[in-house]
Amino acid sequence: MVFDIGLTLLVVAVAVWTIAARDTFAAVIGFVAFGLLLALAWVRLAAPDVALTEAALGSGVTGVVLLGASTRLRHAEISAADKKPGAMLRAAAAVLCTVVSAGLAAIVLVLPHPAPTLAPQAAANMAATGLGNPVTAVLMAYRAIDTLLETVVLLLALLGLWSLTPDPFWGGLPGRRHHDDPDGVLTFAAQLLVPVGILVGIHIFWVGSVAPGGEFQGATILAAMWILAAMAGLVDAPPVSRRWLRLILVAGPAVFFTIGLAGFAMAGGFLAYPESHAKLLIVMIEVPVTLSIAATLALLVAGPPDRMPQQ
Amino acid sequence: MSLALDLLTILAVSAGVFFFLAGTVGLLRLPDALTRLHALTKADNLGLGLVVLGLLFQEERLFAALKLITVWLLTLLAGATVTRLIARNARPTGPRG
Repeated sequence: MVFDIGLTLLVVAVAVWTIAARDTFAAVIGFVAFGLLLALAWVRLAAPDVALTEAALGSGVTGVVLLGASTRLRHAEISAADKKPGAMLRAAAAVLCTVVSAGLAAIVLVLPHPAPTLAPQAAANMAATGLGNPVTAVLMAYRAIDTLLETVVLLLALLGLWSLTPDPFWGGLPGRRHHDDPDGVLTFAAQLLVPVGILVGIHIFWVGSVAPGGEFQGATILAAMWILAAMAGLVDAPPVSRRWLRLILVAGPAVFFTIGLAGFAMAGGFLAYPESHAKLLIVMIEVPVTLSIAATLALLVAGPPDRMPQQ
Repeated sequence: MSLALDLLTILAVSAGVFFFLAGTVGLLRLPDALTRLHALTKADNLGLGLVVLGLLFQEERLFAALKLITVWLLTLLAGATVTRLIARNARPTGPRG
């Protein structure tokens, strides 16, 4: 109880600090710390699946993307430093934020007790999916369409990022080519950590069917390993025009959608699985989806293409 | 036997927490980036190691115990690497000096 109250106060304090921080870089660091504390809170709420996702995606990948953005924005921020928004605008923002926060708080407070839940039904029908983790059963069977749309949204985000590409570099390589001392500590860590990390990523993806984990968390770790290897200069990003890269990116949503459509013939509905093959079909979807998410996340972190391959 | 194990756990975890506390005091009180890093790494490596050691006394499954040790080793590797990288950029002479 003392720990929970302390954790809650800390989460709120770090959130306030993140908003109040003047420096963008400091605010991003605050955001990452906020995400990690939030992950701890999810663990305390007995939701380890959400905690893993929050730590990996909410705090980790988003943190790296925001760090990149804060570096790119530095020049624009310096020139915009003296132009403060007017008192009216700031007051309107404050009122709007207060209304949204108060509304959310009110909704939480008026929830009936005990809250309506579908958990018993989800647990009762789990055997039909062949899965052992109810969270994965929700994501891949009961509400598979949400997960399908999530994979599409990630792809759309990448398209949005690529649309920022300057014309001469269209189809080129994303991000800066990193170089580091080949005998240096970063190279050493990347060489040692990447194989271990790939194994951990596959493990987290695979245990998702019976324990906390799954394709989003596993894919994030795989993407992080690629980012680490790229930062150490061990690998370079491929040009985004490569056909095999595009195929990896769309493989997940495409296979998901195809098996979803096949559900009409096999079980009489979109994304319905025949009970005898549910687990097999779910794994068939999850493998390409994991690859697609990993590639999408890595390319989102790498940024828009800004150089051409050297001849 | 379990009392002895519990005592060992309490001893090791308390010692670990002490190192974390000392490291945090160092982070807050020491004058510059390099000394702060110095305090932090010692605290985290040794503190986390002692906490893991304490938890090992409570773990009956070998696989879970190995996982705990792996977590510590990975943290050592990541911590040492990141510290080197921060220190390289924080040096007064700059990264290449």
